[in-house]
Order: sequence, then C-alpha cells, then structure tokens
Amino acid sequence: MSMHRREFLQLLALAGAGGMTLHSDFARAAAAAGQMYELPRFGNVSLLHMTDCHAQLMPIYFREPDVNLGIGDMAGRAPHLVGEKLLKQFGIAPGTPQAHAFTYLDFAQAAKTYGKVGGFAHLATLVKRMKASRPGALLLDGGDTWQGSGLSLWTKGQDMVDACKLLGVDVMTGHWEFTYGAERVKQIVDGDFAGKIDFVAQNVKTTDFGDQVFPPFVIRQINGVPVAIVGQAFPYTPIANPRYFTPEWSFGINDESMQEHVDAARAKGAQVVVVLSHNGMDVDIKMASRVRGIDAIMGGHTHDGVPAPVVVKNGGGQTLVTNAGSNGKFLGVLDFDVKGGMVSDFRYHLLPVFSNLIPADADMTALVTKMRAPHEAKLNEKLAVTEGLLYRRGNFNGSFDQLILDGLMKMKDAEIAFSPGFRWGTSLLPGDAITMENLLDQTAITYPYTTLTPMTGEFIKTVLEDVCDNLFNPDPYYQQGGDMVRVGGLQYRCDPTAKMGSRISGMTLNGKPLEAAKTYRVAGWAPVSEEARNAGGEPIWDLMARYLKDVKTVKPIKLNLPELQGVAGNPGMA
Amino acid sequence: MNSQRREALKSGGALGLFGVLVAAGLITPEVAQAAWDKAAFDAKTMDDALKALGAGKPADSKDVQINAPDIAENGAVVPVAVKSTLPGTEFIAILIEKNPSMLAASFTLPEGTAADVSTRVKMGQTSNVFALVKAGGSFYMTTKEIKVTLGGCGG
Repeated sequence: MSMHRREFLQLLALAGAGGMTLHSDFARAAAAAGQMYELPRFGNVSLLHMTDCHAQLMPIYFREPDVNLGIGDMAGRAPHLVGEKLLKQFGIAPGTPQAHAFTYLDFAQAAKTYGKVGGFAHLATLVKRMKASRPGALLLDGGDTWQGSGLSLWTKGQDMVDACKLLGVDVMTGHWEFTYGAERVKQIVDGDFAGKIDFVAQNVKTTDFGDQVFPPFVIRQINGVPVAIVGQAFPYTPIANPRYFTPEWSFGINDESMQEHVDAARAKGAQVVVVLSHNGMDVDIKMASRVRGIDAIMGGHTHDGVPAPVVVKNGGGQTLVTNAGSNGKFLGVLDFDVKGGMVSDFRYHLLPVFSNLIPADADMTALVTKMRAPHEAKLNEKLAVTEGLLYRRGNFNGSFDQLILDGLMKMKDAEIAFSPGFRWGTSLLPGDAITMENLLDQTAITYPYTTLTPMTGEFIKTVLEDVCDNLFNPDPYYQQGGDMVRVGGLQYRCDPTAKMGSRISGMTLNGKPLEAAKTYRVAGWAPVSEEARNAGGEPIWDLMARYLKDVKTVKPIKLNLPELQGVAGNPGMA
Repeated sequence: MNSQRREALKSGGALGLFGVLVAAGLITPEVAQAAWDKAAFDAKTMDDALKALGAGKPADSKDVQINAPDIAENGAVVPVAVKSTLPGTEFIAILIEKNPSMLAASFTLPEGTAADVSTRVKMGQTSNVFALVKAGGSFYMTTKEIKVTLGGCGG
C-alpha cells in the first residue's frame, strides 16, 4: 500500500510544481493532472474495475458525501472518512483535481473549474489506453449498471447492455439489474451477453433447491496466468428492493459457499482469485477476514471512492479490498505481479474520469448519440432552475432528496414525507436547469409509485429505527448499504451508536412531540410491497415534474437533518 | 435433472411437500404423529420449552452450527439449517426466542443418520434463533441472530 501512496505523492509534487493547486489555472492543472493517466505497466496480470455507474452514459457532476459515519470497529476507517480527513489519510493535497474527485470540499466552485466527470465515451478512451498499456487486462463491472437513468428505464437496460459490450466489459455481477425482473436478466445474460460477458454470482440460488442461477465464477487466462473472477451479487436484493422481481431466487452473503467456490477455483488451477463484489465495503472487509484464498475483493454498492485498498489479514494470508465509487466517475486499475504461481506484489490506482482531460471515443459517442436520439426531446424538457447546489449522497439527507420531500408533502398534502436513502443520483450546480433527465437520474426505478399512508407515531418510530439499524448495525453483515431514509416535516434526534430500538428519540412535528397513538399523513415513494404495486400510485417523476413546473425556481435548500448524538469527533462527518 | 425435480414437486404441489413424501412412502403419518411433542411445541418461554424437551440448561457448543441468513428475505419462510459434529447426535430442535411459541421444529435422528437438518421457519420479528442438540445423552446449544426488517431503502 505504501508504494502507490508514494507514487501518489510524487504525482502531487509534480502537480504542485505545475500550479495545479489553483482552481482558476485550469490549463496548467490539466497538463499536470493529465499525467495521472500515464500509469506505467506493473506486473503481468491487470484488472480494470468499474462499478455502480447507474446508467450514466453522459458526463455528470457527482458530489461525494460530507457525512459517512462508521460505527464500532468501522469508526474512522476507510471508507468512513470524509473531506479533509480523507485527504489526510490518503496523502492527497487540498485544492487539487484529486481532492475534488474524492471529496465534497468546495464542490460547486471546484466542479466549475474541473468540469464534469465520467461519461461512457471518456471512460471508453481511458479503458482503451489502460488495455493498450496492459495487454490482456480484463474489465470488470460490479453492477448497478442497467439502472439510474430515464433512458435505461425506458429501454429496460438495453442501452447499458449495448454500451457495456462496446466498452469491452468481460465479467459482471449485479444488484439493481434484478429490478427489471428475473426473466429480463436471464434474457440479457443468456442472449446479449452469450460468448461476450460472463455474468457471475456465487450467492444467487434458487429458493427451492439452492441451485446456482448463474456461474459462481469464471477462469480467464491473462498472459498465461489463470485468473478466477468470483461473483458476489448484492446479498440483500430481495429485501432492499421488491422481492416480487425475483421471487424464485435467494441471495444472502454465504461465506461458506464463497469459501467453497474460492477453493474450487484454486483446485482448477487459478493462480489469482478476485471477487467481483456488490456487498458494500464494510461487508467486503468482514468477508475478507473470514474467507481464505482471495487476493482481492473489488467492491461496489456503497459508492465509496477509496483511493487505496484496505489490506485485510486472514488465515490464508492477506486480501485487498477496494471500492471504486459510482456514476462512472472512477476507473480502478489493479496490477498484480504473479510469480511462481502466486501474487507477489501489486499496485492499485483509482483514477478519476475527468471528462475534460480525456477525449471522447468516437465509436462510443456515436452509439450513445444514436440511442439517445429518439428520447432527446423528453430528456431535455426543462422543468425548473435551481439556485443552489443539488446533490443526494450523505448518510442523512441531500438537497435533491429534500426537494423531493418538499414536493411529496406539497402535492400529497402530507404532514410528513419519507424518501429512500438511495446513494445514486447525480449533482446539479447553482444556476443549472433541472431537466426531466436530471429528475429521472434521481428517480428512475421500476417501482416508482408514490404513496400516502396513515401511520401512527409509534409506527413512524419503528420505521426510523428499522432503517437506522440497516445503516448503523455494528455488524456489517446486518447492514443493507443504503443511507438513512430521508425525512420531511418530522424532526428527530439520532444516536447511531445506540442499540437497535433506542437510536431515535425526540421526534417532533411543528414543535410538538409526536404522539405514539395519533395517526399522521405520511407521503413516500418506492414501496417494496406487492400491495403497493397493485395500488399503483402516481410515478414519483410525474409528481415531481408537476411540482417543479409549478415552482419554476428552486431556492437554495435547507436540509431537514436529525440532531446527532454520540458521534462528535467521528472522522466520517464534516 | 434439476428442472425435472422441480416439475415433479410442482405437479405434487396440491398435496404439499408432506403429502408428496407420504405419497412416496418416505414418511408415514404414524411416524409424523409419534414425533409430536405437544408440551414442548406449546411452550411460551425458553425455559418452559427447554424443560419440556428435558434439556435443562444446555452448554454452548461450537460443534453445533446454524446455517441461516443474517437478514431474512421473507419472514414467513426463513431457511434454517443445523449441523452437529458431536458424536452420537440423536436429536435436534430449532427454537425462535421471539416467536409466540418458541419451538419451531424438532428432529429425532435414528442412529447412523448424518446430523444435518434443514427446514423453514416463520418469524414475525428480529430474534435469536437457537439450535438445541442432544448427543451422548447431553444437551448442547448454539445461537444466531436473524434479522427481520421492513425492507426498502437499499443502495
């Protein structure tokens, strides 16, 4: 780990000499930052890793969180570091492009200086460069690829399937992919992907006999070295998302079965074993401590842009754990030196994809343009203008979520609103138009129904406690990897360090304590139950489009945040 | 083969799994009746259930393992498997602490049977699940928490 940290510091020294610390001096900063893409080849086995792009084919802005708390053993440990604490831990100089990529600091200003990130045309150029300098390198896609945009929703993921085939994805696993339903997933995996992309998942089995639904792993040769890629899909798909999409498939973490497949891959001659995971980083770190024989777990789900791997010791030696951010903003590059049948050394880089520093690939541009053409008019429909920064990511609330809460309460005439703690959703800068595409970037799911539910104060407390435990249970195997449910109207206190059932207190509505037995009108969206689907509420994007057209100008947003207890000084908080 | 196995059970679906096994002669109703321990299944507290099973205060054992999800995908049918590597395991029971009646299942194992059973249990809320094993005349136990959540709000 120290080696690439040193390289990172060297790069930063160069950058400093080039005057890159000044946001205003973009040209010189760009020249220095451009060097970050000139990675010398190392070793003989290279893996490129993208994850959680959430169907963002075009360059976007994405603000990293200012609250990402770690509780218990996870406190103060990657990925639970934000802002300056993250920069310090990984030796990144403030005011640089890297600092902008990995943190929320001075976001709106820095975003104007460095421009958008990601975009498949730019990613494609970077992948080609890395594959050219690293012959035989595989491109791994950790999933959450087919969902997150209007275009992907309307094409049932076909736009992303075609783009990933052109991008040259070799192996994939999944999570939100499953929300198109088992039949659609099978259609793509057995049809579009056949002979091109291996979809692997050791932990997806049939509910009746426990048969594997997908191959648990694949072995590919890289420069004569057999490399196994074991798939780990999101373990809590049928809980965090509606179970009715995959009623005959069971998921789960399954350490034992992971160990069996790792052992089987080794027995078949694999000299390198890598898990392509959608567990979330804390779960990956725990799994790395319990399963032997894995060289690296390349993870996603929790959208953590972590500059260097966490090295976990276990009974079989050590396992690297990485997490490669989200929304097409980063490409992970893992180089192994394999000698005498085993990994002897490694280098890892998590490269931010600055769209202005990497030219667009012509073929990918053509494909994306062609796929968007029939939908451009609808996507570009202007709904409102925002005066402030709009973003989602953060443990407790984001300004785009607050906007959705405000819209829900207004349009549903509700006292309280809930909005799910999704971690996807792009950012908009002050003065930007809010288009239908931007709105769908926050809302495009296959169960978009809005709801208005009478709930007692007691039940509201139960909901908050339940979701809070999914985020802050001290054992990561009991977490689901989303953020806290966003709450409109209701004020509350939260102690993430307390036990399940006693984290939430001091609930008030308009200054009055919430009454346990009283019934309140609560608006929400994205219900997971079959009953809610059958009731068929108005899709959230239609409700919000009506609201935004009515509002026209969105004033800078005041977040409704809980009063936090027990986490003072936690480096996972600004 | 798997699809055949699945079809065979589907066609027998009207009978239910138990009915299929009876029809196939694998289990006779008399055997099932004989295993019914009303007092134990009616017990409302852990102490009563353990007492009714004659277990008293069983010792914790690492040789008894529970294989079950950390978070249930569906509280109505939570798969729970128990494996014992204790020699002479003759009896296995599964108890759910927060269920109205704790004892969810019990298995009497004839000599020479592999002590590895699985079933599905119903759980209304997050609870500790206990696996109780009788081996060599003594009782042993292990526990695992299984979370039952409202769902939604994931990543």
